[in-house]
Amino acid sequence: MLIRRAPRFTSNDITDAKLYLSRREWMVGAAALTLLPGESAAVTPPGQPLTATRNDAQSLREPPTKFEAATTYNNFYEFGVNKDDPARLAPALKPRPWTVQVDGLVHKPKTYDIDELFRLFPVEERVYALRCVEGWSMVIPWIGFPLASLLKRVEPTAQAKYVEFVTLLDPKQFPGQRPGFFGFALDWPYTEGLRLDEALHPLTLLTVGMYGQVLPNQNGAPIRVVVPWKYGFKSAKSIVRIRLTSAEPPTAWNKAAPQEYGFYSNVNPAVDHPRWSQATERRIGEFRRRPTLPFNGYADQVAHLYTGMDLRKDY
Amino acid sequence: MSRRARIALKAAIWGGCLVPLGTLVYWYARDDLTANPISFVTTTLGDWTLRILLASLAMTPIRLVLGVSWPITLRRLLGLFAFFYVCLHFSVWIVLDFFFDWHRMWEDIVKRPYITMGMLGLLSLIPLAATSTAGMIKRLGARRWRRLHRLVYLAGVAGCVHFLWLAKVGRTDQYWYVATLVLLLSIRLGDVALRAVRRRRERRTATVATAEIRMP
Ligand code: HEM
Repeated sequence: MLIRRAPRFTSNDITDAKLYLSRREWMVGAAALTLLPGESAAVTPPGQPLTATRNDAQSLREPPTKFEAATTYNNFYEFGVNKDDPARLAPALKPRPWTVQVDGLVHKPKTYDIDELFRLFPVEERVYALRCVEGWSMVIPWIGFPLASLLKRVEPTAQAKYVEFVTLLDPKQFPGQRPGFFGFALDWPYTEGLRLDEALHPLTLLTVGMYGQVLPNQNGAPIRVVVPWKYGFKSAKSIVRIRLTSAEPPTAWNKAAPQEYGFYSNVNPAVDHPRWSQATERRIGEFRRRPTLPFNGYADQVAHLYTGMDLRKDY
Repeated sequence: MSRRARIALKAAIWGGCLVPLGTLVYWYARDDLTANPISFVTTTLGDWTLRILLASLAMTPIRLVLGVSWPITLRRLLGLFAFFYVCLHFSVWIVLDFFFDWHRMWEDIVKRPYITMGMLGLLSLIPLAATSTAGMIKRLGARRWRRLHRLVYLAGVAGCVHFLWLAKVGRTDQYWYVATLVLLLSIRLGDVALRAVRRRRERRTATVATAEIRMP
């Protein structure tokens, strides 16, 4: 193929849930609803409106990136390595039914149904900056709830020091997980991790929507984490398992290129990627590069987590 | 190949080589250059620089393998188009990416090995483009000109290494370009070796022949 492009669509097309679910799937879903009394109220397929009040204290004052850009220019290697692969191949992902297993070093391990999470935790909107390790950034109105709320519910034990996130492994839904001619792109499933204090930080958001809608598939439906002061790849998408551990969990990009992607990966203009500078970034929709801020602009809120650490060594 | 066919072939190369640029202009007009137009335009131009450069490098191997001479007439045209695209690729980097921030650009050239390699590729193509005219061939003499134009292999290697070093983990398309370059270079090297062997054998038969003449 010469040049691959994502099909252009308007936000109208995107809001249209048919893009994600065929009519047949809708009917199966509807049938399931009638069989599961009590679940019906919470079922929210992707693309459907999802209302949430904005948490102004935790929101950027900048205008959000265009919805179309945020849903057609994605790094989501489970679909493919090109920016337009996720938008193109997203319909293959089925965000319902979906469960998230929360276990490891916790007193109350439990496998949650996605709709149960919707019911248990009230969502809010937060406008965050998203900085990709490749040198571009966006402003996204996410909808979700603090990861801390979920973690508190399962009661981490005293030994728990880290949180591991595991993305769905299913080459049928994720074509990028199939081996190519030169092998696998990454060591699937995608895993990411945070230190427990990072995971409990009020900025760390378990995210189920954006732009007033249920999370589109290409953005990590049905549930992902968003850690705004770290490079984008730290924010695992399409999560099926959250595990608390005592040791630092291995993470996908760190395993693939340890000298390039550290466990912490805090946004840091002073520490370059070995192959390119991190001093500036291009905000999608803007022409000139702008300077990158330490901790992506969240230094006031998170810098204290790293006092005494050499962030050049723990990049 | 007839003169007519040759002209048609050249016209086709002209058309073909302008399609990527035309497509970019068309997408620009439709405001359809993805969410990150500068990056998209840079990488598209980089891709086509390398493709056309490899196409020009393929002409001699095609002649060697198929035993036809027409590819040689296209070599220069393809080489010039590769130069044209690398100039655009480079200009986008200067104007759109860094907006004449010379300090940052210089820093990148010396600090980022992939940029250094790209510069090496660009610099090695400049003397070739400058000496591409028939007049220059005459001025330099065919032998020296041919030797100078071996720089194109350096450009090919630099272009591929540039790509290898900029590609993120998980990406694999760069390997296809590298494989193509290796194939083309091995055909050339195989030919050089074959000719050396043949020359030595000819020399030996020549000596044997002289010896036979002297014999009686
Ligand atoms: C013979 C010379 C060159 C060739 C064959 C070449 C080829 C390429 C190719 C194939 C790509 C990858 C496109 C992709 O991601 O699909 C690329 C990207 C790039 N090239 Fe070049 N290039 C050359 C010279 C240069 C020069 C002189 C510069 C600037 C000084 C440059 C700067 C870049 C940049 C900034 C990228 C984008 C990297 C990224 O995506 O992060 N290149 N080039």
